[in-house]
Amino acid sequence: MRIDPKVSQKIITLILGIATGITLFILLYIIIFMLGRGIPVLSWKFLSTFPAKMGKAGGILPTIAGTFVLTLVAIIIATPLGVGAAIYLVEYTGERKIIKIIRFGAECLAGIPSIIFGLFGLSLFVVILKMGWSILSGGLTLAFMIIPTIIRTSEEAIKTVPYSYREVSLSLGATKWETVKKVVLPNALPGIVTGIILGVGRSIGETAAVIFTAGSSLRLPTSLFDSVRTMSVHFYILSKEGISEKNAFGTAAVLMILILAINLIAYWIMHRFTRRNV
Amino acid sequence: MKKITEVAVEKGLLLLALSAIFMLVLIAVFIFVEGTPLIFKTGLRNFILSAKWSPLEGQFGILSMILGSLLITGGSLVLGIPLGLACAIFLSEFVHNKIRAILKPVIELLAGIPSVVYGFIGVNVLVPLIREYLGGPGLSVLAGSIILGIMILPTIISISIDALQAVPRSYREGSLAMGATKWQTIHMVVLKAARSGIVASIILGMGRAIGETMAVIMVAGNAVKIPRSILDPCRTLTTNIALEMGFATGTHRQALFATGVVLFIIIMILNIIARYIIREQK
Repeated sequence: MRIDPKVSQKIITLILGIATGITLFILLYIIIFMLGRGIPVLSWKFLSTFPAKMGKAGGILPTIAGTFVLTLVAIIIATPLGVGAAIYLVEYTGERKIIKIIRFGAECLAGIPSIIFGLFGLSLFVVILKMGWSILSGGLTLAFMIIPTIIRTSEEAIKTVPYSYREVSLSLGATKWETVKKVVLPNALPGIVTGIILGVGRSIGETAAVIFTAGSSLRLPTSLFDSVRTMSVHFYILSKEGISEKNAFGTAAVLMILILAINLIAYWIMHRFTRRNV
Repeated sequence: MKKITEVAVEKGLLLLALSAIFMLVLIAVFIFVEGTPLIFKTGLRNFILSAKWSPLEGQFGILSMILGSLLITGGSLVLGIPLGLACAIFLSEFVHNKIRAILKPVIELLAGIPSVVYGFIGVNVLVPLIREYLGGPGLSVLAGSIILGIMILPTIISISIDALQAVPRSYREGSLAMGATKWQTIHMVVLKAARSGIVASIILGMGRAIGETMAVIMVAGNAVKIPRSILDPCRTLTTNIALEMGFATGTHRQALFATGVVLFIIIMILNIIARYIIREQK
């Protein structure tokens, strides 16, 4: 039996539409489920007090601090490396072979599972370099993880700066580096910032790599060599050990709100930026 | 003076750029140095073809974890490929550019949600459903597959949309002008032209599924045995490392790094194939 192409067209459109609907429904369901049960738990007290009884009661203050410091360290290390690499890949195309190898390395690094980063961080930073479970070990491990993201987004941003900008600067007698520093980077800044923000998002949500390198101490850190527990790790421990479902939902709500805000900001910056350049 | 600065900057930037490849090598060296001695000691065959994993008795066979990883990943593809491709085709071919510009980042948001959140949803929503309606403990290969199937959607959808959008308009116009319907044009012309990008998206999604840890730990049950049905619990390569790393010492610790070696090799092979396919298309 042959189905009329026009009929099959209608059927297929319907099926594809339903599939898209399902995907969007799943996304919406996750957000509503987590926020719906998590937001009622939130209060100023929950955000500003220490956990009691391993997290069964009390708030999540040290995990907010832990997430913040760990992400900050990761960003401080990863940004110069990632942006520098991106500048080289786009602006200094002298040796093609090296560029190919570097790009391959960055792409492969992006595909490595976080548990491998965790193993690596544990064996190099925690054990061999004797940094122990600490902000520094965790921050370095996270930096390794987010560098590919920063390289990729920065590369895209630098590429969108029109070539004529560079030509004008060079024709005025500026050197290549002066051109990059004063013309290319300022124009590519919004895109670079987007990459950094996405890196922040990845750091905040990471668990497997962090639990083995930053540990899970519930104290407020006083030095870079202190162990911290991030919100993701806290959420994992609370739900996995069945310590407190209520506080798990509360922690997850903070986490989800942060992630949503970060993605929105990144999208907004990128959107404005590309529109200006078109 | 200016010239010296220029050269110094270029070399400096090259050094920064090389850090990416340096990191990859560093990670590989550390995992291999810590892991391969045990593989040599137990023998490769005993390590990957034996299902006996009892660290206290010095038995390190990871067959059940390899099978666990393959089963869960395979299951996630069964869900993720049709749903992801359908979604990508719809968003690329059937909706207005403006709607796509909004929906694509919305779907990419799925990739930003932390994996522990997926695991949590799995335990609280999916596992009870499976336990009640299909039987078994609920924590199972099936639960892992469904959760991972959802987690790989943004990878498949996003890269496939890019591949479909890269097909020149003139291909579509040529086919439509010959009287083909939109769907005939899509499946006979557009999908064929975008094939390699779509395949690459699937392979990258597969890499993501094999490498995922926290979500799987929470929903797959983690029992060390070869699952007999999709309703049985299982343990994957990644979860094996994460579950035991906290207390492992000596050869046991080495065995976990050796599990990491196997995982690393699988991921690198998948990465290289995907990059190769994408490059061929260009």
